[in-house]
Amino acid sequence: MQAAFIRLLTTALTLFGVAVVVFVVIRVAPGDPIAMMLPPGATDADIDRLRAAYGLDRSLAEQFFIWIGGVLQGDFGTSISLRQNVGRIVLGRLPATLELAFYALFLAVLLGGALAVIGTLRRRGTAEGAVDLWNGMTLSIPDFLWGLIFILCLGVLWPLFPISGRISPALNPDYATGFLLLESLLRFDFRVTGDLLAHMTLPALALALPLSAVIAQVLKQSLKEVMELDYVNLARARGFSEVAVLFREALRNAALPTLTLVGVQFTFLIGGTVIVEKLFSYEGLGNLAIDAVVNRDLPLIQGIVLLFAVLFIATNLIVDLAYAALNPRLRHG
Amino acid sequence: MARLWLSGGWLVLLALAAIFAPLIAPHDPLAQDLFLEKLPPFWMEGAEPGYYLGTDSLGRDVLSRLIYGARVALIVAVLAGGSAAILGSVLGLLAGYLGGWTDRAVGRLIDIWMSFPPVLFAILLVAVLGTGLSSVIIAIAVIDWTRFARVVRAETMAQSRMDYVASATVVGRSPLGTLWHEVVPNVLPTILVLLSLEMGITVIVEAILSFVNLSVSSDDPTWGGMIAEGRTQIHFALWILVAPMVALFLTVLAFSQFGEGLKDRLDPAAS
Repeated sequence: MQAAFIRLLTTALTLFGVAVVVFVVIRVAPGDPIAMMLPPGATDADIDRLRAAYGLDRSLAEQFFIWIGGVLQGDFGTSISLRQNVGRIVLGRLPATLELAFYALFLAVLLGGALAVIGTLRRRGTAEGAVDLWNGMTLSIPDFLWGLIFILCLGVLWPLFPISGRISPALNPDYATGFLLLESLLRFDFRVTGDLLAHMTLPALALALPLSAVIAQVLKQSLKEVMELDYVNLARARGFSEVAVLFREALRNAALPTLTLVGVQFTFLIGGTVIVEKLFSYEGLGNLAIDAVVNRDLPLIQGIVLLFAVLFIATNLIVDLAYAALNPRLRHG
Repeated sequence: MARLWLSGGWLVLLALAAIFAPLIAPHDPLAQDLFLEKLPPFWMEGAEPGYYLGTDSLGRDVLSRLIYGARVALIVAVLAGGSAAILGSVLGLLAGYLGGWTDRAVGRLIDIWMSFPPVLFAILLVAVLGTGLSSVIIAIAVIDWTRFARVVRAETMAQSRMDYVASATVVGRSPLGTLWHEVVPNVLPTILVLLSLEMGITVIVEAILSFVNLSVSSDDPTWGGMIAEGRTQIHFALWILVAPMVALFLTVLAFSQFGEGLKDRLDPAAS
């Protein structure tokens, strides 16, 4: 209990540090976003008025506390380029990115798990060698390049999947939430589901491949160790096949070390969405982030970066807590 | 062994191409010729002699741009990778060796740093610093020092507990003297391996930044800029995208394989 409390406290501290860094980095930016917003004929008085409206005429410390006070109440300020509430814009884009990230995670676990199982069942054979080779290759190629390779091979040369956007414009479903994939499933609107998945598959695969290699490596390693343990041998002696032994006995115990790793690596995957979304013109947070930077939209950049940091930190926290809950050795009375 | 030579060979070739770019490149990488736009590479029908890899949508020679693009990629790899290595290693060494509040401060800093998605952080910093080569280099160094600091810190801690460090202290070396003369030589192989891997990462990050038009000015040839152009022409002229992709792919692979090969070579027990 105490350990969990300390963990929460350090998380809060890290989050505060992140907020300070984001704020400071953005405020030292050269270039006046206000001057850029106004038409060339604007007078100095106009500029001052607008600057006051955005609170940019106060001292840095004052601005920081106004901003952080707002953030704590859920108010992230007003976007300069889109002239809308930052919180609303950012939360509007969040579901697209979350759906992409979780779909990618799903693919990575599926692919990595399958590779680990094959490598374990055929250990010391050519199949294990092939799995290792594939892992080495997928690991050394980053998501950006995978995305390009998929666009080229599965989007253009052999056009299996669409390569830009989140959904075909013709469909344009009128849904209550931004979680289009989830909502289309709940509404049994499978035409929309299929279209969404087709659009998401290539970017998700690009994000998933490096992670799947990590999962395959670590899971295979711990599976191989577990498969040599006495209790597994006992199951073998009782006549269970190698496959049954692996799935019924070994997998559950071997999965724990992989879990922590998946958590850490999942944060990298979320980070990767920024460029992969841009590559595939997918309308999520990452795409929005790049546009915000190009437009020098300070409040919007602040909101997005902070949200990404929160996602990162929350993922790590959840993994730590899940690990503690699943690992009996770490359970405190 | 083979991969060390293969990957090292490609990197040397690339370095030579980058250094002697004005001598090797068949054309001016910036020269536009709208009569020669989207020429295919030499093995396809309709190719023009002298334009081996074809031309882009403004009629610029793809091969020449590729060669000049190698300059930007390698300059960033060496300078940004090197700066990140120095910054991270110094902080890691001090944290691991001194322990106490230095260690806690560096550890917290690493935690905060790692809470940002690196690519987003890079884009943010370049936006703040203004586009340009020096901004890209500074941004990468400022972000990626943690990769070195984390590992070097752990390695230094392990080394500091060894007997030879204790005996150096007993013989009367100053703490910083011990760190420099005894610990650093033992941590150096790890740093070199990390540096090779890091250089591969910097090449990708530079390509990403020039892809979103935040690196050097958009006229200068960069692989990322060429990829961005190729992405828009993908249905009309595939080679504009393929050429820089292959160059980027081989270079990234070479750096990571060189690092892995180096690791096996320097520390056979670990592999």
